[in-house]
Amino acid sequence: MLAAVGVESIDDLFVDIPEGVRLRTDLSLPAPLAEGELTAEMQRLAGMNRPATQAVSFLGGGVYDHYVPAVVDALTGRSEFYTAYTPYQPERSQGMLQAIFEFQTMICELTGLDVSNASLYDGGSALAEAAFLAHAETRRQRILVSGVVHPEYRRVLATETHGVGLEIVEVQGDGGGLTDLAALRAAIDGQTAAVALQQPTFLGGLEDMETAVQLAHAAGALFIAVVDPLSLGLLKPPGEYGADVAVGDGQPLGNYLNFGGPHFGFMAVREKLLRRLPGRIVGETVDSQGTRGFVLTLQTREQHIRRERATSNICSNQALNALAALVYASWLGKEGLPALGELCAQKAAYLRQQLLTVPGVRALTQGPVWREFAVRLPLPAERVVHALAVRGYLAGIDVGRWWPDLSDVLLLAVTEKRTRAEMDAFVEELRRLLDDPAAYEARATEARHD
Amino acid sequence: MTETIFELSQAGRRAFSLPALDVPVRPLDELVPPEQRRQRPARLPEVSEVELVRHFTTLSRKDYGVDQGAYPLGSCTMKYNPKVNERVAALEGWRGLHPYEPEELVQGALRLLDELGRYLAEIAGLQRTTLQPAAGAHGELTGLLLTRAYHEAAGNRPTKVIIPDTAHGTNPASVTMAGYEVLAVQSDARGGIDVADLRAKAVPGEIACLMVTNPNTLGLFDEHIVEIAQVIHEAGGLVYYDGANANAVLGRSRPGDMGFDIVHFNTHKTFSTPHGGGGPGAGPIVVRDILEPFLPVPVIAREGEGATARYRLDYDRPLSIGKMRTFYGNFGVLVRAYAYIRGLGAQGLKRVSDAAVLNANYVMAGIRDVLEIPYERTCMHEFVASGAPLKEYGVRTLDLAKRLLDKGVHPPTIYFPLIVREALMIEPTDTEPKPTLDNLIAAFHEVVEEAKRDPQLLTEAPFTMPVRRLDEVRAARQPVLRQRFSDDEDGAASGQDGHRR
Repeated sequence: MLAAVGVESIDDLFVDIPEGVRLRTDLSLPAPLAEGELTAEMQRLAGMNRPATQAVSFLGGGVYDHYVPAVVDALTGRSEFYTAYTPYQPERSQGMLQAIFEFQTMICELTGLDVSNASLYDGGSALAEAAFLAHAETRRQRILVSGVVHPEYRRVLATETHGVGLEIVEVQGDGGGLTDLAALRAAIDGQTAAVALQQPTFLGGLEDMETAVQLAHAAGALFIAVVDPLSLGLLKPPGEYGADVAVGDGQPLGNYLNFGGPHFGFMAVREKLLRRLPGRIVGETVDSQGTRGFVLTLQTREQHIRRERATSNICSNQALNALAALVYASWLGKEGLPALGELCAQKAAYLRQQLLTVPGVRALTQGPVWREFAVRLPLPAERVVHALAVRGYLAGIDVGRWWPDLSDVLLLAVTEKRTRAEMDAFVEELRRLLDDPAAYEARATEARHD
Repeated sequence: MTETIFELSQAGRRAFSLPALDVPVRPLDELVPPEQRRQRPARLPEVSEVELVRHFTTLSRKDYGVDQGAYPLGSCTMKYNPKVNERVAALEGWRGLHPYEPEELVQGALRLLDELGRYLAEIAGLQRTTLQPAAGAHGELTGLLLTRAYHEAAGNRPTKVIIPDTAHGTNPASVTMAGYEVLAVQSDARGGIDVADLRAKAVPGEIACLMVTNPNTLGLFDEHIVEIAQVIHEAGGLVYYDGANANAVLGRSRPGDMGFDIVHFNTHKTFSTPHGGGGPGAGPIVVRDILEPFLPVPVIAREGEGATARYRLDYDRPLSIGKMRTFYGNFGVLVRAYAYIRGLGAQGLKRVSDAAVLNANYVMAGIRDVLEIPYERTCMHEFVASGAPLKEYGVRTLDLAKRLLDKGVHPPTIYFPLIVREALMIEPTDTEPKPTLDNLIAAFHEVVEEAKRDPQLLTEAPFTMPVRRLDEVRAARQPVLRQRFSDDEDGAASGQDGHRR
């Protein structure tokens, strides 16, 4: 091969690298491992973790431990899908293109909106993209975001939009897990590009979305609904209550927890906003013989055509994660998605009721909830989380990590995986802890050292 | 044509199984009031499990991955993805981790992220890493927001970012999203940055940053890179390395040594994590120590060294730009990149680049006599050819690409970079064996021969794919972006029998 190229050595191919910046020594990296050694090393490292899937977990906060059926692994594991590139040559990529078209259909059905893109990075960045879209559409600078939208989404929103100078204004919560609608009413004005609320809220409450939409629209602002797609088997779709944009994280649909990623974000909008959508979109067309086929379309929105005037810089999507969601939603189907939603609602209601019988435990989230809710504890939530972790329980999320004045608040999610027996045992464990925390923790410390 | 999963749907079919309700049942209205519920079910498919599996298996057979054959898409680095990386990434100890578990339960994950960050810093020749960005473009935005924070902390307000005319489209788009203006710099006759033009544009106080891909999208290493970085630094700007083409220089040269301050890597290119049909990837960035205070939170903090080191997520960083991801990045992708680096080590990585550059030069030599090579230099991991000579036969580069499909070859990237007419950007990658490269070269020869003899074979291609040439104009002019249902008009919640066929 060297002869065909016309050089004597591999080094001759690197002559364009200036002498001064050629690396003369080996990179300082660990010695290479044979495949068997690598596997053992990775097993050793993974073994230093305690996966939530093997504990009795009530962790949620945007990532939920629903059962992932075997068909998801079998189909996303087809290497024609996972080792393919973005479908730039549509005639050779009809499989993924059709799958994305089906995914877009699924997102439209779930959200009740007209058009969906092919997916975005995650829930937080999808919210940021929605803010860019609202700014471009309304030419206004201010985004009102409810204080009970996921705190990490709000942080991503503020970070990603800082460069272009969007003003992110937080609307306070009502103290019971919902947005303070009076505060929202007072904050909206003619400078407001969009209002963003989450349904259910980060603390599990169910918002009055209709009223919030009316407030936004009366001021000429767009309304962005942040939603969990799995909730939309049971809950009203954003299109029905008047949202212009729906965004969220698709993890609950057939994606593993994976320490927070990769998952996928999604975005669906009303038809009139179609040309402002960021990212890839697949459309139906025909081939030269009139046969149906699918292509990436409306690309004049995108960075490779429009460069600095593109709707976004995004050039990928989370196709494989979106495929997992499509397979999962097809596995559940029209009946299964609402059935699963109700199962979660029943189990969450049961746990909530049982927890509120424990002395010192009070409701934080007011009103109805779906799969997740917050309670006040007579101890710092962080202390409870750590004490119960020793017993194999992931009790929930210490909300004080974002709101120091809520350090006694624990956020719990209940998926279909949790059994009544597990929940009863958990409640008893919490009862014992709260009964005499110091003694309980001393026993836990002993157990850890045994 | 394959029916969609919605068209396959038949009322009453099901694949799912759910556990029985084991808590006392309460009326649904008590739990979630009717006004909060959807009144008409989402029209999700109703299919049996075997139908579901056959549908997506059928679709997969209409796709093409690296496992099936060569994929010489320029600037995409479609190399083989080792199977062991898939296996180890699927360990329950990784994929079963919840991002809000207490830190003491995820020490293995934090250790992996810390070590991967240090490996990438070593490969880049810089100091600190954030693994949050989801993709190269996301890394660019992160890097530009760091640039902004750096200048703001120094009390400066530069407004422009310089980009060569050969840059990927994501570069200018990221500049806009970061609130900067694009200033283009020309290429010189050898395909590098025109240093005189750069000097004229690098006005001190105005330039926030220069973004460079090196080797660039012509597959050429910029011989003046050290001087270029100096020009920008003297003007007070930072220099950003778009690592899309890093597969050319692993262990050969380090961006940090060239003078770059910020580097992004595409793990799905350089470190062989699968592309997934468009994602997920990961776009970690590595920065010079002067930028460390501004990195997104959380940063992984290490206490102690070696086997007894303890790790935690550090959010207490007052100068941080904030957060680029909801959680910590595309962790499952990063596990694969980590495994790839551990499997290869320093010499293995260097061999990767050696093979990538040799393969590209070999293919370039093999097609030099049938296609125009506008920049006749030793290339790095990729090169650009031009299909312009075929225009006299009424054939465009697009036609050539479509005909390559019939030859069992995935076409290269076409019509990029923009400064080359009828461009074909070819990147064979390091993992392709010589027979595959010879097939690729032979396919180019055959297609060019056909263009001269029977151009219709190209202009009407492909002939052997699941569909013939698709009408992209129609797709854009009359957008159909989701399945239509027969009950769409009246909005009735009829069953699923009436899908459009």
